[in-house]
Amino acid sequence: MSDTEQTKAVPAQAGAPAVETVPQREPLLEVDHVTLRFGGVVALNDVDFTLYKGEILGLIGPNGAGKTTCFNAMTGIYQPTEGHIRFRGEKISGKRRHQITRMGMARTFQNIRLFPEMTALENVQVGADAHHRTSVISALFRLPRHRREEREGREKAERLLEFVGIRNRMHEFARNLSYGEQRRLEIARALATDPVLLCLDEPAAGFNPAEKEELLQLIRQIRDTGVTVLLIEHDMRLVMGVTDRIVVLEFGKKIAEGLPAEVRDNPKVIAAYLGVPDDAA
Amino acid sequence: MTTVLEKVRSGREAVGQRWHGAPRWVRWALLAAVIVFFYALPNKEFYQYLGPIPTPGANFTQVLFTVSIYVLLAVGLNIVVGFAGLLDLGYFGFFAVGAYTVAVLTSPSSDIKTLWPWLVVVPIAIGMTMVAGVALGTPTLRLRGDYLALVTLGFAEMIRIAAVSSEFLKGQRGFNQIPHPPGKYADGKPFFGVLDARPYYWLVLTLIILVVIGVRNLTHSRVGRAWISIREDEDAAQLMGVPTFKFKLWAFAAGAAVAGLAGALFAGKQNFVNSQNFELLNSIIILAAVIFGGSGNIVGAIVGGGLVAYMIERFRGIELLGIELYEYRFLFFGLVLVVMMIVRPQGLIPNRRRAAEFKDRRKEVIVGE
Repeated sequence: MSDTEQTKAVPAQAGAPAVETVPQREPLLEVDHVTLRFGGVVALNDVDFTLYKGEILGLIGPNGAGKTTCFNAMTGIYQPTEGHIRFRGEKISGKRRHQITRMGMARTFQNIRLFPEMTALENVQVGADAHHRTSVISALFRLPRHRREEREGREKAERLLEFVGIRNRMHEFARNLSYGEQRRLEIARALATDPVLLCLDEPAAGFNPAEKEELLQLIRQIRDTGVTVLLIEHDMRLVMGVTDRIVVLEFGKKIAEGLPAEVRDNPKVIAAYLGVPDDAA
Repeated sequence: MTTVLEKVRSGREAVGQRWHGAPRWVRWALLAAVIVFFYALPNKEFYQYLGPIPTPGANFTQVLFTVSIYVLLAVGLNIVVGFAGLLDLGYFGFFAVGAYTVAVLTSPSSDIKTLWPWLVVVPIAIGMTMVAGVALGTPTLRLRGDYLALVTLGFAEMIRIAAVSSEFLKGQRGFNQIPHPPGKYADGKPFFGVLDARPYYWLVLTLIILVVIGVRNLTHSRVGRAWISIREDEDAAQLMGVPTFKFKLWAFAAGAAVAGLAGALFAGKQNFVNSQNFELLNSIIILAAVIFGGSGNIVGAIVGGGLVAYMIERFRGIELLGIELYEYRFLFFGLVLVVMMIVRPQGLIPNRRRAAEFKDRRKEVIVGE
């Protein structure tokens, strides 16, 4: 809980830029006592935590703990049975998915879900289109708005592909990209929607250690541009290395919340998830 | 057998690559040549040199008009099926709405006797079909896949049955004296007459070009990207901020507008519309044409629509061993489709994306073996 613990945890993050010791405590996403039932199954049970602006929050838990369910509730795919989810102070229940995206929440998928028969560039352009207003009439007659938005979208898409490091592959169909490139493309596509909050669902799944390290760098860079990051992850080293705070779920219940070091030493977490301490990675 | 197929495949790919690699002026010149060819085609002075291409059993210019209407319909349906990936089995229903709107508002046999000129009614017909598209789409576009196909099928049947049995739509008796498009030669003879089908064909051809330009503009924009993203992964599209319902509705409306235009042209040419013009089979033929030509590719849809409509007419008047081949035209049509499914499932001129997809699938199959 003390600052010394946090500063101890931070330098361990492989040369991370100095993090402000106390992140701004402006709530961005509030998960307010959310319960989610599917028939008799309680997928989330009174889960309650807050995501603050500018931080990287890790959401972890053993398989089947409800991480992705929680994630889906937060992004508006599932409606909570009880409780509320507030994003930027607004309840998101009842909002359509594309509206939530426009409010500034973007996500990637555990199983990559790109548009396989579109090029990398077009994939990112779809994300950029989230804030465009060109519709059938202006596209049909190539009116100035269409041309301006088209140019802006393309520039933005190229910039983001550069940022995630796959600009040289921009005219390749998404399906032809390598696995790692596809994961990066998903992040670029999500960033194209100008998110305030970026939710990454196991972005490192299937990565080797070198790729994971690159991903860590990328996530930090994203945070440094002012985007808040929610990270669901299995890999403990990755989670410990990059997150500011961690929420731990087990059987749909929150069992711990706190700084990485605290969570790592929490006996409940060790029992539920890590099994044997220090053997976690 | 397989090697021949491989050669055909790689040969066509080479043509495609050459086309995309050719300088711009070459492409424009070729395109211009193709367009000039099709404008010249209905003139006897020209087509008499084309060997077996003109149809022996039917007036060739009439056939060309029919073919051009099918091409227009294929281009329209390709928006819905090829780009947005919505399986619409009742597309011909929109054609019927367009034709009947013209008939009701212009024909003296109509109950409301407005007798408006053809040209005034065309935009109304397009508007009506778009309204029909939105009316059908609003409740049904929340359905996906098979369910949407069933509902659209039902829609086309509803239109047909309404046409057969409703007193207002005159059933078999139909509407006659539907006016032709306006326009006169210098000597006062109408440009769009009864006997000569050429002007109608030229009109449709011109409109096809305009529609294709419009569709191309749409597909190279936010709208087209939204359609394709919906086809590829509707959930992901929503989560990336695509208002999927709105764009699916637009795909329906745009497709319907093209069908409405085709219906209005058909009514203006035929002079007569009755319930027999709108059999369910037509919807199937157009869908087959789009898939045959290469779903998701505008050129593919044009070629598919043209070839399918032409092949059906080509059988007319050919006798083999005392059998009138025209009677068996759909048998051949079915055979061709089956062969296509085996040899070239992505269609004649597929979308480049689709081509890649099928190619890889083939590889996967080979690896699997």
